[in-house]
Amino acid sequence: MELLSRKATCNSHGQDSSYFLGWEEYEKNPYDVIKNPHGIIQMGLAENQLCFDLLESWLAQNPDAACFKRDGQSIFRELALFQDYHGLSSFKNALSDFMSENRGYRVSFDSNNLVLTAGATSANETLMFCLADPGDAFLLPTPYYPGFDRDLKWRTGVEIVPIHCSSTNGFRITKLALEEAHAQAKKLNLNVKGVLITNPSNPLGTTTTQTELDILLEFISTNKNMHLVSDEIYSGTAFSSSEFISVMEVLKNNQLEDTDVFNRVHIVYSLSKDLGLPGFRVGAVYSNDKDVVSAATKMSSFGLVSSQTQYLLSSLLSDKKFTKKYLRENQKRLKNRQRKLVSGLEAMGIGSLKSNAGLFCWVDMRHLLSSKTFEAEMDLWKKIVYEVKLNISPGSSCHCEEPGWFRVCFANMSEETLKLALKRLKKFVDDGNSVKSCQITESQKLKSSRKKTMTTVSNWVFRLSFQDREAEER
Amino acid sequence: MFLLASPTTSHSIPTKTLIQDLSLSFSLSPHYSSLRPKSLDFKKKMKQLSTKVTSNGHGQDSSYFLGWEEYEKNPYDEIKNPNGMIQMGLAENQLCFDLIESWLAKNPDAASLKRNGQSIFRELALFQDYHGMPEFKKAMAEFMEEIRGNRVTFDPKKIVLAAGSTSANETLMFCLAEPGDAFLLPTPYYPGFDRDLKWRTGAEIVPIHCSSSNGFQITESALQQAYQQAQKLDLKVKGVLVTNPSNPLGTALTRRELNLLVDFITSKNIHLISDEIYSGTMFGFEQFISVMDVLKDKKLENTDVSKRVHVVYSLSKDLGLPGFRVGAIYSNDEMIVSAATKMSSFGLVSSQTQYLLSALLSDKKFTSQYLEENQKRLKSRQKRLVSGLESAGITCLRSNAGLFCWVDMRHLLDTNTFEAELDLWKKIVYNVKLNISPGSSCHCTEPGWFRVCFANMSEDTLDLALKRLKTFVESTDCGRMISRSSHERLKSLRKKTVSNWVFRVSWSDRVPDER
Repeated sequence: MELLSRKATCNSHGQDSSYFLGWEEYEKNPYDVIKNPHGIIQMGLAENQLCFDLLESWLAQNPDAACFKRDGQSIFRELALFQDYHGLSSFKNALSDFMSENRGYRVSFDSNNLVLTAGATSANETLMFCLADPGDAFLLPTPYYPGFDRDLKWRTGVEIVPIHCSSTNGFRITKLALEEAHAQAKKLNLNVKGVLITNPSNPLGTTTTQTELDILLEFISTNKNMHLVSDEIYSGTAFSSSEFISVMEVLKNNQLEDTDVFNRVHIVYSLSKDLGLPGFRVGAVYSNDKDVVSAATKMSSFGLVSSQTQYLLSSLLSDKKFTKKYLRENQKRLKNRQRKLVSGLEAMGIGSLKSNAGLFCWVDMRHLLSSKTFEAEMDLWKKIVYEVKLNISPGSSCHCEEPGWFRVCFANMSEETLKLALKRLKKFVDDGNSVKSCQITESQKLKSSRKKTMTTVSNWVFRLSFQDREAEER
Repeated sequence: MFLLASPTTSHSIPTKTLIQDLSLSFSLSPHYSSLRPKSLDFKKKMKQLSTKVTSNGHGQDSSYFLGWEEYEKNPYDEIKNPNGMIQMGLAENQLCFDLIESWLAKNPDAASLKRNGQSIFRELALFQDYHGMPEFKKAMAEFMEEIRGNRVTFDPKKIVLAAGSTSANETLMFCLAEPGDAFLLPTPYYPGFDRDLKWRTGAEIVPIHCSSSNGFQITESALQQAYQQAQKLDLKVKGVLVTNPSNPLGTALTRRELNLLVDFITSKNIHLISDEIYSGTMFGFEQFISVMDVLKDKKLENTDVSKRVHVVYSLSKDLGLPGFRVGAIYSNDEMIVSAATKMSSFGLVSSQTQYLLSALLSDKKFTSQYLEENQKRLKSRQKRLVSGLESAGITCLRSNAGLFCWVDMRHLLDTNTFEAELDLWKKIVYNVKLNISPGSSCHCTEPGWFRVCFANMSEDTLDLALKRLKTFVESTDCGRMISRSSHERLKSLRKKTVSNWVFRVSWSDRVPDER
């Protein structure tokens, strides 16, 4: 008899053990401006480190919030005991308002429709548990965040069917691609429960267009049992609020608020990217469907937000002077930093998808591939990890269908480090020819070292170890 | 509004066979949907949402809801509402907050996100490693050792942090059981397990019947019977789950029971999960014996069996910090640690909280003082409840741990039935104005037992509660008459205002908070 469940012993699907190498190399040899200036620069982690000074300064001016005090009085006991899965109402109110502010107050959010969860990771899984049964499917546009393979599928038994997007139109979702995905799911005998998009997109760094949102809403209007989940975790990273269109806005503008569709659109949010607080585990599900809110609320028992954290952040987000300044400054710095990366890349003949949001760029290195294959993409990636000493994310890890695209993060390092990374990459590109000859021996080296390790540990150990890293990265 | 595939807490039918018990526990949608109104709306929802959302909690008696609702409507407050309802159904530990508050006042850096006066805000803000903060896991491991008199060691690398033991227990189920597999649980047990262990995992619970005839201890024959019953029902038994010390009994498992359990899982080649969430609330003369102690004493460390024994812990009861969501799984099986670690992504502990508590628990002077004082105060408080009950002619199971007593009110029942238990409970809620937990909600097989909490209120409030109860018992004849008419009143009120299912949903709205 099997002692452990299949969930505990299964492998991550189709995950190439090579990805593990990038992370391992970084861990072995992390860049440090003083201690290890030749180390690997981490450009695979979508963290927002650009505005911590604003948060720190707020904390210094508002010490009560972290110290369990309200107006100088200790509320430690109250917080220590507070485990109501409805969440701290002051926090939900502040978060709802913050979400609204992020959307230029063009839509409002009712805190009664908001369910707090331990990060968007938990929010997404919870929504799957609420909307789909094992064996049901959700359609996702490619490329998408690698973590979804685990978050949406692992314990829920839900399947993902890709909506193929291509560079020919900037990876935009088309009606045709959507219908093809739906047809494909049917061929595979999967019951499609809906579509999940990330808006703004990870890894593309682009906001979803009005046209795309219209297509999606039309799709779920026609298919009456389908849902649209819009993961808007990067909403506050749009360089300009007016360019970010939330699906909630489209519903409002099209006067769909009293229709059935309204109840089948759900938003996921988190403070991990906009505020740069992934460690605090703050996520949320927003839904207009009372049953979904009710079920998700109960499920949130499995991942409540620490009351200590709820209180701190309710104070922070209730400070409208702060949130206004923060959002504006955050956008400015992200835009500025993205520009630096984009122009740096352009200077070496590398283009990227024109982006207007996110903590990364979707970089086009197709012209650097030795052949138009994923193997060539892997080879290029290894070179970049081992020789250029930059850890970036290959497009294949995001299920991109065209080889040669890479996600490169820009907000998790200092400006100097970014400059250095660009300098290294430029040298690599410029040395194009000499590198090709080195490449052969390097890949031979890698092949033999991989063979060695393959004999010692089983395949799934690699995958598990790789998964050991994947989960942290978004 | 639809119900959830959740808990079964009602046993208003007097004689329950195990099969009935189990069928109520299973989410048998075909059975249930025949009882539900087939509205168009419901049918549509059935197609749109998952079965986890649309299937019902089975057999849940709407009456339970009443206790909570009444409390919310009319909560006791010493000054503002002295005649209000006293909450005795919440297993919270409010006895030692002063010790923690005083530590916080002396160690301001921990809450202010500072280390040695320097801000480490950025480091904490970014820390989302599902391996958890090493300093915190080390402090947790040492705290767990300290609670067990340093007789056993816990390796921090084998600890997996989770957002409360609610999350830890569910995660373990995901790791050990397939949908349809079963775990054996001794009754009575914590009502929340019906949701935590079964809801999203699809696992089943098969009860190990324990009876008052031997103080509700687990016997070999009860274990074997439960195992056989599971087999009769075609369920693959993956393990046994016990809570030690027990909720709701308030007793620590004896060495005999622990040996029995270890021998049992050895012979059946299954797992043993020991939820030791109340380990720090042991106040009896006896020492707390953990299953880890037994593995060590039987020289089973580093054997296959030891890989199938897992401990669940949390700081919600010992430290009284349920709001901070700190739980843990401890396992000697590397694969489980690895899988559970990845699953913890769905419920990580806030780094802000990990940091605060690693500072708190690393302070050995504090932990030693806290554990000693906590035990002392709990013991004293339990004594107060027990003697107060005794003076009202009510006894309880002799307890040596926990935040509650398992109270014997069988002699106050009209008849030896669960209906009578519910009637008595309603009287206590409405007339005595105490919210206590009826044994049937914990799957107790004998009517008349109630769980009464003592650590979530002041001493004065406890005294008042006892006074009210004594008055009620002494006026039992009058009590009966009043209760009948109030019972009538309740019945008609309920019928008029809201449909049955509203109660159930609202009830299930409350259950998870309480442990």
